[in-house]
Amino acid sequence: MSASAGAIVEFDSVGLRYGTGAEVLRDLQFRLSRGGFYFLTGPSGAGKTSLLKLLYLAQRPTRGRVRLFGEELSDAPREAMPSFRRRIGVVFQDFRLVRHLSAFDNVALPLRIAGRSEAEIDGPVREMLAWVGLADRASAPPPTLSGGEQQRVAIARAVIGHPELLVADEPTGNVDAEMAARLLHLFDSLNRLGTTVVVATHDLSLIAATKGAELLRLEGGRLVDPTGSLRHPPVAAGVR
Amino acid sequence: MMFVTLVVAAAGLALANAARVVESSAAGRHSLQIPNGARVAEAALAAARSAPGVTAVARVPDSEVRATLERWLGSEAAVSTELPVPVLVDLELTPSASAREVETRVRSVAPGARLLAYRDQLGPLLRSLQALKWLALGLVLLMTAATAASVVLATRGAFDTHRGTVDVMHGIGATDEQLAALFQRRIALDAFKGGIAGALAAGAVLLFVAAAPGSLLGDLAGGPLLRPVDLLLLALLPLAATLLATLVARHTVTKALRFVL
Repeated sequence: MSASAGAIVEFDSVGLRYGTGAEVLRDLQFRLSRGGFYFLTGPSGAGKTSLLKLLYLAQRPTRGRVRLFGEELSDAPREAMPSFRRRIGVVFQDFRLVRHLSAFDNVALPLRIAGRSEAEIDGPVREMLAWVGLADRASAPPPTLSGGEQQRVAIARAVIGHPELLVADEPTGNVDAEMAARLLHLFDSLNRLGTTVVVATHDLSLIAATKGAELLRLEGGRLVDPTGSLRHPPVAAGVR
Repeated sequence: MMFVTLVVAAAGLALANAARVVESSAAGRHSLQIPNGARVAEAALAAARSAPGVTAVARVPDSEVRATLERWLGSEAAVSTELPVPVLVDLELTPSASAREVETRVRSVAPGARLLAYRDQLGPLLRSLQALKWLALGLVLLMTAATAASVVLATRGAFDTHRGTVDVMHGIGATDEQLAALFQRRIALDAFKGGIAGALAAGAVLLFVAAAPGSLLGDLAGGPLLRPVDLLLLALLPLAATLLATLVARHTVTKALRFVL
């Protein structure tokens, strides 16, 4: 697959295996347009999390080529990775908040890593915490937060740096319907600002509620719908 | 660890100083022994004075020789006229002087005379002091290696404990240097605190030892055991240990991160 100016992610014959085991991802060939909104779905064990790991550069493919932001990163030196990771926001399924840091400091982490001054950090972080409904929990450490609150902190941390690519693994799994709608609206707002959003989810209502999103479906490590033709599928037909 | 390192290092420096003082005080000094030399003593002294490179000649008074013998032979040695008391002469030679030539000259008037270098006589003592000095250096190096090893273990433990945090930070774009800085800062602080505590304890012990009367090394050195430069060196050890701990922690973390993408 040739590089394309409009593509933020390009996978070319990508395969992934852990150690000497069988391939968990096979022959992935697709491209994600810059500014697109994508849902990644599929049954448990289909390889969604592995695909996301390739997207947020936690894993190299064992074969094939992966291009992100127009750069070939399959065998790029590891020293080059941090600068690309800073352009990606990640919402982990298990949140992965730093336990000994407050909610504020967890959200501020990407900005501090990027070298922003404290003066540049305070306002945006408080604004973001307010947006996810946690303004009054800024100083609370993660263990004192509920699952839903932790998830919102994780989302706030992922989007605080206005990433070019946002990768979220089941981002609404621990929040109520109202908060899920708010978070989806946040993702949508970011998407309108140019962020490419990839959300792995089993939440059919989330998929149905997002207009203009494309659906990627993984089954047995293979992409069933690489063209994104299943736009806004009927719940019963689009996702098994 | 810093306590032991400092005490051993101080001992090593004191031994080195003592060896240096003893060696320099023995340099060029010789002892001329003339058995039954009472009759030829003056001629022997004159011959020694005339030899090139001899800068000082001083006969050891008979009373002093007899007092020395008295320690082994009893009070009779001080008064006995039958005891063959040798004539002893202290000589100082320039570094370029030939001891053999001096001895030859003296023997021409006092057959049987022997010229002994102080340095040869002090050889076993000097070798012992040197051996102890190297032993102390070896112990300091061993303690340094042990310190580095303990820092490696502590850093690995901290790294494993905070692996989750490391993965998160790494995942959102932290560089190896940024991650290593977190660990090395903590390790450096702990090492500095520990080093200062150890240094204070070691300082108290060294002061106590220095103040104790009858110190053998103090007698040998003829003065303070440690010079100002030695004290400065010892004072720098906690800082050096902190620097070592920082570098080792940094290396350990960056090495561990090499296995992560």
